[in-house]
Amino acid sequence: MQAPTYFWEDINPGFEIETAHHKATTEEIIAFAQEFDPQPFHLDAEAAKDSLLGGLCASGWHICSLSMRLVYDALISKCAAQGSPGIEEVRWRKPLFVEDTVRVKVSVLEKRSSASKPGIGLIRWQWEMLNQKDETISLMTNWIMMSKRPQQTDLTSGENA
Amino acid sequence: MPWFEDIKIGTSSDLGSYTFTQEEIIAFGKKFDPQPFHVNPEAAADSHFGGIIASGWHTCSIWMKLMIASRVGDTVEEEPDEEGRTPPRGGPSPGVLDIRWKLPVRPGDTISYRTEVVEKIDLKSRPNLGIIRSLNTGTNQNGETVITFLGQGLIERKKPFNVAE
Repeated sequence: MQAPTYFWEDINPGFEIETAHHKATTEEIIAFAQEFDPQPFHLDAEAAKDSLLGGLCASGWHICSLSMRLVYDALISKCAAQGSPGIEEVRWRKPLFVEDTVRVKVSVLEKRSSASKPGIGLIRWQWEMLNQKDETISLMTNWIMMSKRPQQTDLTSGENA
Repeated sequence: MPWFEDIKIGTSSDLGSYTFTQEEIIAFGKKFDPQPFHVNPEAAADSHFGGIIASGWHTCSIWMKLMIASRVGDTVEEEPDEEGRTPPRGGPSPGVLDIRWKLPVRPGDTISYRTEVVEKIDLKSRPNLGIIRSLNTGTNQNGETVITFLGQGLIERKKPFNVAE
């Protein structure tokens, strides 16, 4: 495994990053729905037209999972990430329709040390999924645990070195 | 599923249970959440989790799967009202609140899910709909709670909400 680029110390409030763009296909939206959320507006374009959502669109859990993948590729894969205790809030603001091209904007809100786990810190951030019209598809506020930078004895400094 | 007006706070139901296999955990992880502790057994063994665990999004998605499956065979929903309208088959969600992944879900774990109606919210902005909030829990085979969250669904009303009432 590659050594992480970012430890807890390196990610601070104000840090922002945008992920790569992803175009959602009919096939992937239906495949997720068949496995996890088989409701007509996620499965069938004709039935979806008559629904409150107005067209074939991704499951909210697909939106979350896709956000996870986009943020993993852009950032978490380079972090000393140690999992998440949970999500404060997920707002599904607009449907993610077939052929929409989306990306996620990550904004770091705050951070603190873990009271119970030495060597671990927590980071609270917001993930906003946007479509090609810059409309907000989803807004998520959540915490992630990250390792702190390993303490190393610096042999090059200090009077007794 | 009944109309918004007929849903009672405190109503709860078991959604059934699901056994997570290592193959499924890794497959989900590779697709959506390829952190080492979700996809790589050796790296996972060295992590603070001590082995492969399911992505939290996988645990949530299985809740959804069981929620939908639990509605199938609910014959009540087929009965039309006096105006010929059939009661809603659930509805879209504006979002979920306070997801807590309290304990890891590991290969072979069987998670039983349960949902309970905890709040009903009238909507002035959308008088034909109301929000039902439910507390959802997943419990493993040892009786330990692994996940809790508040779900929300937009459910059709029999009659539009009238602020004056």
